Amino acid sequence: MTGADVPGTSAAADRGPLVRVRGLRKSYGQHTVLDGIDLDVPEGGVTVLLGPSGSGKSTLLRCVNHLERPDAGFVEVGGEIVGHRHEGGRLHELRPRAVTRQRARIGMVFQQFNLFPHLTVLDNITEAPVAVRGIPRKQAAATALDLLRRVGLEGRAAAYPRQLSGGQQQRVAIARALAMEPQLMLFDEPTSALDPELVGEVLAVVRDLAVSGMTMIVVTHEIGFAREVADTVVFLDGGRIVESGPPGTVLTAPRHERARAFLSAVL
Amino acid sequence: MKQQETSPADPPTTGSPPAPPGTSPGDAPSGPATDLTAIPVRGDVPTEDPPPNASDSAVTSPARPLFERPSDAGLLAARPVPRRRPGRWISAAALLVLGAMLVNTLVTNKRFEWGTVGDYLLRGPILHGLELTLWLTAAVMATGYVLGIGLAAMRLSGNPVLRALSFGYVWLVRSIPPLVQLLFWYELASLYPRLSFGIPFGPEFVTWRTAHLFSGVLAAYVALSIDVAAFSAEIVRGGILSVDPGQTQAAQALGLSGGRIFRRIVLPQAMPAIVPASGNLLIGMLKATSIVSVIAVQDLLYSAQLIYNQNFRIMPLLLVATLWYIALTTLLSIGQYYVERYFARGTGRRGRGEGPRRREPRGFRAVVRANLPLFGPAGARGAGSSVGARSAGPAVTELPVGLS
Repeated sequence: MTGADVPGTSAAADRGPLVRVRGLRKSYGQHTVLDGIDLDVPEGGVTVLLGPSGSGKSTLLRCVNHLERPDAGFVEVGGEIVGHRHEGGRLHELRPRAVTRQRARIGMVFQQFNLFPHLTVLDNITEAPVAVRGIPRKQAAATALDLLRRVGLEGRAAAYPRQLSGGQQQRVAIARALAMEPQLMLFDEPTSALDPELVGEVLAVVRDLAVSGMTMIVVTHEIGFAREVADTVVFLDGGRIVESGPPGTVLTAPRHERARAFLSAVL
Repeated sequence: MKQQETSPADPPTTGSPPAPPGTSPGDAPSGPATDLTAIPVRGDVPTEDPPPNASDSAVTSPARPLFERPSDAGLLAARPVPRRRPGRWISAAALLVLGAMLVNTLVTNKRFEWGTVGDYLLRGPILHGLELTLWLTAAVMATGYVLGIGLAAMRLSGNPVLRALSFGYVWLVRSIPPLVQLLFWYELASLYPRLSFGIPFGPEFVTWRTAHLFSGVLAAYVALSIDVAAFSAEIVRGGILSVDPGQTQAAQALGLSGGRIFRRIVLPQAMPAIVPASGNLLIGMLKATSIVSVIAVQDLLYSAQLIYNQNFRIMPLLLVATLWYIALTTLLSIGQYYVERYFARGTGRRGRGEGPRRREPRGFRAVVRANLPLFGPAGARGAGSSVGARSAGPAVTELPVGLS
């Protein structure tokens, strides 16, 4: 919990979970957002993070690809500590270039889509493969068109994000993340900014992705979706995991009082 | 067009041919014509007599009601007419008169000596001055922006020392009038007779006499560059801050490097905020370079001054300089328009071919046509037949409808 007992980096991680979070802490000034999180996500598993606002779900997600730097503890993805190097009893923060390399293996989808408004849909998707992975533009474009077909947006490659509906934009954002062929996908409330009738089309894409065996961590308020797709549901409150387990258990018979109150309010 | 097709098929509502399309009850501002057109629109179902209503009501409608609810068909057939804007016509007319007065005096007042202006417009000294103005502006803006981008980066960095330095620089430079800065650099020799290059507090490698080093042009270049750096730093910083931080996060999550994120993601989105202000600064600097005339640098203005100091034709030579400044500003403004349009792609502002736009600015012709009813039908109602002829012009009738 204290983060002092950091185990060795990679040797034993081969057969372990894809994502290991241990003793993760983060606070902003006086406000503690993450208060010692331990979490495993097996390869191919779908973990859904639930919890009230301010419970630390998004911060946890953002620590996984080092958009936030934890105060203590560590995140391991594929046997590699994210954002840090363990040396001489310390965790040294990596140089930006090395962090960049790690992030390239982790896809992320944001609540507000965050598509690049000045680039077309196609350029949004090909930007990172071309710039980061050095894939020839033509090949990247072919892959992008393929991905657009997968998310049901064939023929919108030349559009600008502003011309698409929220649901379409979010599907482009998913395609953009997938274009990097990530080992792991992070979804930060992917449907919270959408009109209710557009939620379904985005969840359908996420569901397909889960079925295809992608490892995913999903922050969402869609309980029905969590029940259907998740292998593990994790309930956070006040920066701690108060309950976790298969959706059947956590969602139908939560033991923790806070989780029960939250679920009864949401359902 | 639509109205014209439907209205003949609707006899009950539009009684007499000429007037109805334009007029709906209660919104015809023009005095006497109102009553004439009101007759056909108001139906002929009798109700109580109107309240005591001056003499003309007695003349026009002894048995007609003051108001009757129009039928739906009548409303559907009615042509929507945009709000009239008499204030526009009045203000435009007043300003046009003032403009005409200006043109008139420019043409008729012989003391402008347009012939002399023409004589000097392309003279060698003037063109040399123009050349110096141009490259001084270009050099100052280029140097200023390089420094300014650096200052903006410092101000936005996580390093508190750099942030404070950048803030202090901008505060100081913006506080000092450019003319004072110019004189300061020009007179630097009085503060530091010698300048040298070497290790701080250590040995010196090269030494100059300051008075020789800082010619007028160099003093102007340094002073104005420093000035531009401060202002451009704020412009660039504002532009960068206007970009949603989510853009950077998304780019980081994709694994893009910091430099790539700035060049490819942040800067293009900052440009729509940076370009107009920078265009302003550039045009301002083009003219602000004329302050170098106080230290005898022969720019456009000073070249003109040198000539009129000899022949005393002050106004014509000032006009020569002015015409050149106007020409250059015009060119820069046109350039700015195209640069803005380029960076507006994807934002929905003036982008090309991007679905519905919120509100298209109307051209002069469109405005005039939309306001035609203000005078047109009112005057034409008496004449009767000409209304039909006027509203038959397809563009006239379509515009207000299409824009709503």
